[in-house]
Order: sequence, then C-alpha cells, then structure tokens
Amino acid sequence: MRFFLEVLISGLLSGVMYSLVALGFVLIYKASGVFNFAQGAMVYLAALSVVGCMEKGVPLWLAIILAFIIMTLFGIATEKFVLRKLVNQPPITLFMATIGLAFFIEGLAPMVFGSDPRALDIGIVDEPIEAILNSWGMVISKFDLVAAAIAALLVTTLALFFQYTRIGRALRAVADDHQAALSIGIPLQHIWAIVWGVAGFVALVAGMLWGARNGVQFALTFTALKALPVLIIGGFTSVPGAIVGGLIIGASEKLAEIYLPPLMESAFGGNFGGIEGWFPYVLALGFLLIRPEGLFGEKHIDRV
Amino acid sequence: MLYREAGQFKSSYAADQQLFPIRQDRIGVILLLVVAFVVVPMVAGDYWFSAILIPFLIFALAALGLNLLTGYAGQLSLGSAAFMAVGAYAAYNFQLRIDGLPMVLSFALAGLTAAGVGILFGLPSLWIKGFYLAVATLAAQFFIVWCLTKFPWFSNHSSSGVISTQKITFFGYVVASPREKYLLVLTLVTVLALAAKNLVRSSTGRAWMAVRDMDVAAEVIGIRLMPTKLLAFAVSSFYCGVAGALYAFCYLGSVEPDGFSLDMSFRILFMIIIGGMGSILGSFLGAAFILLLPIFLDITLPALAGLLGLPFSNATVSHIQILVFGALIMFFLIVEPHGLARLWQIAKEKLRLWPFPH
Amino acid sequence: MFAYRKPLLMTAVSLALLSQAASAEDQFFPITSYRVGPYGANGQSFYGGFVDYLNYVNLKDGGINGVKLVWEECETEYNNAKGVECYERMKAKAKVSTGPIHTMSTGVAYALIDKATEDKIPLAMMGYGRTDAVDGSVFPYAFPLVTTYQMQASAILKFIKDKEKGSLDGKKIVFLYHDSAYGKEPIVALQEEAKLNKFTLIQIPVAHPGNEQSAQWLKIRQENPDYVIFWGWGVMNQTALKAAQKVGFAREKMIGSWWAGSEEDTVPAGDAAKGYMAATWNVAGKDVPLIADIEKVVYGAGKGDLQDKTKLGTILYNRGVSAAVLSVEALRGAQAKYGKGKPVNGEQVRWALENLNITDARLKEIGAVNLLPPIKTSCTNHEGSGMVKIQQWDGAKWVPVSGWIEGNKELIHPLFKTSAQQYAKEKNITPRDCAKES
Repeated sequence: MRFFLEVLISGLLSGVMYSLVALGFVLIYKASGVFNFAQGAMVYLAALSVVGCMEKGVPLWLAIILAFIIMTLFGIATEKFVLRKLVNQPPITLFMATIGLAFFIEGLAPMVFGSDPRALDIGIVDEPIEAILNSWGMVISKFDLVAAAIAALLVTTLALFFQYTRIGRALRAVADDHQAALSIGIPLQHIWAIVWGVAGFVALVAGMLWGARNGVQFALTFTALKALPVLIIGGFTSVPGAIVGGLIIGASEKLAEIYLPPLMESAFGGNFGGIEGWFPYVLALGFLLIRPEGLFGEKHIDRV
Repeated sequence: MLYREAGQFKSSYAADQQLFPIRQDRIGVILLLVVAFVVVPMVAGDYWFSAILIPFLIFALAALGLNLLTGYAGQLSLGSAAFMAVGAYAAYNFQLRIDGLPMVLSFALAGLTAAGVGILFGLPSLWIKGFYLAVATLAAQFFIVWCLTKFPWFSNHSSSGVISTQKITFFGYVVASPREKYLLVLTLVTVLALAAKNLVRSSTGRAWMAVRDMDVAAEVIGIRLMPTKLLAFAVSSFYCGVAGALYAFCYLGSVEPDGFSLDMSFRILFMIIIGGMGSILGSFLGAAFILLLPIFLDITLPALAGLLGLPFSNATVSHIQILVFGALIMFFLIVEPHGLARLWQIAKEKLRLWPFPH
Repeated sequence: MFAYRKPLLMTAVSLALLSQAASAEDQFFPITSYRVGPYGANGQSFYGGFVDYLNYVNLKDGGINGVKLVWEECETEYNNAKGVECYERMKAKAKVSTGPIHTMSTGVAYALIDKATEDKIPLAMMGYGRTDAVDGSVFPYAFPLVTTYQMQASAILKFIKDKEKGSLDGKKIVFLYHDSAYGKEPIVALQEEAKLNKFTLIQIPVAHPGNEQSAQWLKIRQENPDYVIFWGWGVMNQTALKAAQKVGFAREKMIGSWWAGSEEDTVPAGDAAKGYMAATWNVAGKDVPLIADIEKVVYGAGKGDLQDKTKLGTILYNRGVSAAVLSVEALRGAQAKYGKGKPVNGEQVRWALENLNITDARLKEIGAVNLLPPIKTSCTNHEGSGMVKIQQWDGAKWVPVSGWIEGNKELIHPLFKTSAQQYAKEKNITPRDCAKES
C-alpha cells in the first residue's frame, strides 16, 4: 500500500510537469485554432535562453526576464511572418507550418546558445523530504512539490487573466468566433501576438522546471510528446483540462509501468516494461471512445 | 500551344474513361516511364541508385499511401512509419518462415499484414476525427514499435532486435546490385501508383472524397462510413506496408524497430503536405522535396560557406541546415499552401494558353 | 516536375565540384559524423577529437610516411537513412583510399555492414555496433574494436565482484537500460554471468527518450539492489542520476556503460552525479601527453575543430582522439605491408585492422598512454582487447578508479560465435577459415 501510494503521488507530480507543457498547446489552440507543434521546441528555446544568458554572466532573475523578452519577440515574429500569412488556410497547413517552425527553432537555438547539455540551478534540490521519509517511509521530492505549486499558481493566474481582464475577455471572444470578434472591433492580430507571448511565457516556466530537472538540452523538445495525450484527455481548449489530464496521465502511466509488465510477463513470458512510451496514448484513445472531445473539450456539432 | 486539349475528341466510353484522358499527359507519362526504366538505369551511378532514387521511390510510395488516407479520405494519421515497420518485419518473417516463398508474394503479404493492422488502428476513426484522431494514431506509432521490440519472435530472437534482410530472389535470379534493386522498386511503385490513380477516380475514391469533405453529409447521401473509412485505412496501410518492406529489403538491408520512429512518420506527412494533399503526383513531388532538400543543403552549404570565407564550424553549418529546412517549409506553405502539385497545375493552366494568353 | 529537377541538377554539379578536392596522392577519410540533433553535443566532442588528431598528424609529421590525410564530413544526425546516404555519397572516393569508418551509432553501423562488406570498406565500431562481428570469419569488414557491450558488462561485473571481496553470491543487481538495440545487447551476457556468479538479475527497461524515470526508480528503491548497472544514452543519463538522487539511491552503487560516462552526461545533472561510476577505455584530461601536444600543435596553428575549446580533454574528445589514433595506426600497418608512402585502400586497411598490434610501448611512443588499452586483433578476434577502466565522477571531473579490467572472454566470446553462425546461416555466408589467414 505504501508503495502504491508512493507511485501514485510521484505519478501525479510528474503529471503536473506534463500539464505545464500541455498548457502552452491549449492557449494557442484556444485562441487561434492552431495546433502548435512547435511548443516543445519553444520549451527548449526558452530554457536555452535562460542558460545562455546566465553563461554570459547575467544573474538568474535578469536571465529569466531576458528569456521572457526573447520568447515574446519570437511569438510576435511568428505571428507576423508566418501565421498572419496563413489566415484562412486549413488547420493541417497551419499545423505543418508549426512543424516547420519547430525545425527552425531546433536549428536556431543551439546555434546561438550552444548545444551542450547544461545544468540549470534554480535553487531547489531534487531530494526527498526528510520528514515524510522518516515518518512514513515515502519518497516525495521537494522539487516536484515546488513544481506543482508553480503550476497551480500559473493556472490560477491564467484563469483570472482570462476571466477578469479586458484582454482576457477579448481572448475568449476570439476563441469563440474569429469572425464575430473581428466584427465587434477586436484586433485579431494583436490578440494572437499576445497569445503567442503568453504561450512563450508558459514555455519558459515549463522549460525552466524541466531543464532544472533533467538538464537543459535538445531532449526538452521531446516533452511535447508527453503533452499530447494530456491534451486529448483534457480537451484541446480547456485550461483546467490540461491540469486534470496531466494528473490522470501521470498517475496512470506510472502505475501501469509498475503493475502491468509483471502481468504481461506472467501471460507471455519474457521481459516487458518500458511501456510509458505508448501507454498514455492508448489510455487517451480509450478516453476518446467514450468522450470524443476530451473531458473538458467543447462538444462539436456537425451540421450539413 | 503545346498543352492544348482542344481537338481531342472522345468517341467512345473507353476513350473518355481512360486513366490519362489528355493526349499530352499520356505522352508525358510514357516518356517519364521510358526515362525511368531505360535512360536512368543506363546513366545513373551507384550513389544515385542507393542514396537518392531508391529511397525517393520508397518514400514516394509511403507518401502515396498516406495521401490516400489523409488527402483523399481526410483521416489525419501520424503512424505511417509504424505501418512501414509492420511491412518490413512481416516480409522478413514470411521469407524466414516459409521456404521458397517468392519475394513479390512476400511483399504483397507484408502489405496485407500491414493492412490488417491498419484496419485495427483505423477503428477509432469511426468515433473521432481531426487532431484527436491524429494523436490517436500516435498510439499505433508507439505501440507497434514497442511490440516489435518486445516480442523476440518478430526479430527471430536476435539479441538486439535488429533484423538483417534476406537476399532478394526471383525464381532463382538474385537481385543484388543497386541498379536491379532500383528496377524492382520502380516496377512495384509504378504498378501501385497507377493502381492508386485508378482507385481514386472509382466509386471508392469518390466516396473517400465525400467523407473527407464532410462525413455527415456523405452519410446523408448514403455512403456507409464504416466500410469507407476502414477501407481507406486498409489501402493506405497496404501501401505503407509494401513501402516498409522495400525500405528494409531494397534500401537499408537491416532495420531495427526504433528506426521507424515518429520522426519518420512526420517526414512522410511533410511530403504530402508540401507535395499536395489529394494528389498522386504530389506524393512524388513532396517525397523528392523532403528527401533531396537536406542532401542538397548538406552539399552546398559548406561549399558556399567556404566560398564566402565565412568562419563557420561544421556544427554551425549543420544547424543552419536544419534552420533553413524549417524556414523553407514555412516559406513554401505561405507561397503555395496547396503544395507543389498545385504549382504544377497552375503551370498546366498557363501552358494551355501559352504562347497566346489573350 | 520543374520544382525538383533544378536542385537535382545543382546537386549533381556540386557533387562534381566536390569530388575534385582529394588527389590520388592523399589518404582519404570518410567521416559520417553528427553534430546536431539530440546527440549533437556528444558528436561535436567526439568528431572534434577525431579531426584534430588527423590534423595533428598532418601538421606534425606531414601525414603518414609523407601521405597527407584528407577527409570529408557528412552529417548523419544520428539517423540510419541519412547515414546510408552519407556513406553512398563518399563511397566512390573511399574505394580509392580510405580509413576505417567510425559511425558512432549502432543503428548506422548495422545499416552499413552489408554494404561495406560488399564495397570492401572497413567499419570500425569501437565499443558499439554489431557485437557478434567479433567473429571475423563471418564479418571480414566489421570491427567492434576495443570492447563490446557484452564484454563491458562482464568487466563491470568483475569490478563489482572485486569490490565485494570476490563473490557476487546472493547479491541483487538491477540492469536499467535504454529499450533499444543498444540497451538489449548486454542482457545475454548478464544472464550468463548471473548463472555463473549466482546473483539475482532484475531487468528494468526505460522507454525512449527516457526523460521520465520516476516509476523505474521507485521500483529500484523497492527492490533495494546492491548495484545498478546502467545502459543509458542522451537525456536518459541525467534523468537517471537525478531520479537516483530523488529516491536516495547511492550514486556510488551505480555503474554506467561508456555511452553514459562523459562530461555531457554528468555536468547537467549537477550534484546528483557525484560518486557515479562508468566504464571507459580512455581517461579524461589534458595531461595526457598527446592531448597536450594536440592543443599546442593544432590549436597553436589555429586549425582546431572545436568551437568550444573547453571541450578539449573531455572524455568524448579524448575518445575521438583514441579512435583516430587507432585508425592511423591501422593505416601505418597497412602501409608497412603494402608499400610505404602510398595511400592504402579498404582491403589493405582491413588486413591491417585484423592484424593490429598496438602495444603499451607503442602507445607511450605516441603519447597516447591510457587513451587505449593494448590491442591485438586477429581473424577470430576483431575486438582485440575487451578491456575497460572504471572511472568515477568526483563532482568536477572523471577520475579513473581501476586499472584495465578484462571481461570474462571464455564466457562471452562463445556467445558471439553462436550468434555470428546464426547470421551466416540466415544469410548463406560461408565463413572464412581463420586458420588460413595470416
């Protein structure tokens, strides 16, 4: 039981890390209907800019601000030079363009900041909390807890931002209906630029946490793969969905990795395991069969 | 002037329904085939066969398969590489386990196996669509590769999971040199491409397109969604499976499951988007573009950097290469969102009037 | 149609231009390198060292017996298909004269074995690649030199056994591995060793890319093994070290393969890497006389390949140098047999690789002490050594903590023989008779 709980909690905490990446997808999809495959690459770019600036002797806080500026400029440039020219194209073309963007970033970022994997120290050690370890014998990492707190803070801020600010209202209007929003005088392009800026900020947070956890390196781009099943379960357009989806994926994938392989081994013999690559996707697929638009996604009604 | 169909009268149904109804197209295709089957084998060297033409044809075939599914039937898939893996491992196992099975039969069986797996993973398409479906096909991508890694039977218990393909024989004749392999691949690709061209204008193809444009509407006019969608998955996977078998047997010679990565699925998707969705020709153009552009950049950029005396290190050149690749994809999408095939169509329109456009 | 003919044409033109660069008097090296992508950082160090040593030989001695070394690099991005394209691109030149090809990728090496055998171009797979190619009778052109995954795993076990006062009886050892060809290779050897030494072996795979391992490490914590043998690659390495810290598993009980033992693997993990051990066959540091001399001669002349000079003397840089030293020694051997002062072709280099004899004295002579173990190859043994050192990360640098350790050859080599024979049977290859080779 203790072991089960331990796995469950660590799974939930890992899930929060997936949610962080998924959030970036949701923001952009919600506001512009673009499935931004470059989100993983943006996570890499953000973390790399922080480390790159720090290597030039900039203190951490300033590096974060600089990285935020870089990400915002990058978002605006993407909107201006790529997406604006592709307005009214089918979603798959836009999707493809973001894959092109991902390549672009994957070439650009290491060229500017160097491709060595590097450590990013944000002052929190990834160690078990002594008190819990001693009294219950469970391993719960300080770092993961801090990450979860940051994610919670981020989601609350975003929710408030969407709900109560002028820009937030405009964002929701655009998300509901581009044409209608445009017709009542909401400047679509500004809104999109802002959304890309916010997604850049989310990428920065995700990049710093993932970077501090595993080192800043090219593999940060792979974090996107962990975020996709989260998106399916939570729905492409829901901010809370990203969090809930992340928790579900994180917990179930860890439990599956521990408890499924022994079952398969007794059934087939041999050595299974390493199922984390596909399990979240199959789980998400199962979810889709029950709720084709995700847990919190908007129900889409087809009319002829 | 050159490309004018005026004056070509169809006096029978057969003439009107042929695969290439315009005389210039017929001549063009025949010329192309003559070049591909006769001229190229005479002039091209080993490098061209092994490193460019064979992979180009194989990827064009895979892109064609995906195009049938995505471009014609409107079902977005990100698992093409996994279906190629099924084809590759199936062909290997058929050769290994059935003595004296002719190679071509083994390729066909590999395609059928892939088609079966494709139907299985196509089932969710009955419920879900769009990007949700795309992400669901990722389940196929990861699950299939994992299965091939985990069950040692598939790789004949090799300790590493890598398979090394058998010799390709035709009734005792061994296909070994790059030129012979090229001809084999070319023949299969030609046959399958013409078959696809024929298929998409048949009632099946029209049903696919109706489903693509709006599946609810298609259902209303009496197209049964389930068989239509599943057939699209089956045919698409068949093409991918054959492409995978060719990839293993005629191109690499030894493959591991990890080689059929998500990255490869994406590459195939690029090919059809850049080349043109819903176009047979587009699959070929896209495959050429995506495969040749990196090679071209790889060869020219360092030379260019050297020529201009830029102090680039090797790593920088490689990074620029990826950057330019990404930028060119975006550029092409902005310039021509419907792909290279659309450019070709525009060129045809122009040619129709040329040289008297008014 | 038009859209792709033009690039094709230009490719052809640029190919024609490139192929004029090398002259017939020079010794050509085809280099299939990777400097971008997920593993780009590793490639930059390795191929930096490799190219620097070739440059060094040119600058210092004017080449090998007066034959200048020239090379061409082609980026594979650690991708099998691109590796094949690179190989085919450089093949025409490599058929005239060639050094051994180092792919630094098991996948690319696998894809090239048949082609290279046919084209008579030797493949050097130092510590990776197709391991049963140790049996040269079936694989004449493939050389898994220095060590293989199996021999390495065996050597690591020997190291543990020595630490445990000569017995592994009743111990529990976890094998945590990257779930791919690379990670799976040593399993056979570990299972045999487990039978022989009566320890419990627990295999735990990690799915690619391995940036999430909390489940695996919780399992390790629950099993509470005596040691973890670790076959990681890329981001999996840092993640494992961090996760070990997270569950409080002592890093001193964790021993990695040589793909998991460079500065690129430990530095990003920060303090979590301290105490971690890994196998290697070359030491780190600039105090190796050869490395110091390369810095003086090559970088002194401003011809260094590294963009980031701090990489000089790192594990992977020095490994690149060790690979180049081995290649150049093979070329010297080939020239000695087939005519000094002339470039040698693949067949001749193959002979030299099969009759390699690099002694300690020779290593000392070129200043490459501790960059390579002594190597003596033969037709039946393409590995030639099977020795590794164990090194430990002290928080700032890798420190060797053992001498050369040889894996259990009597146990492991027969496994290669069986596997090679199965391959020969599948492929209808008649093995050479090694007794007749000289």
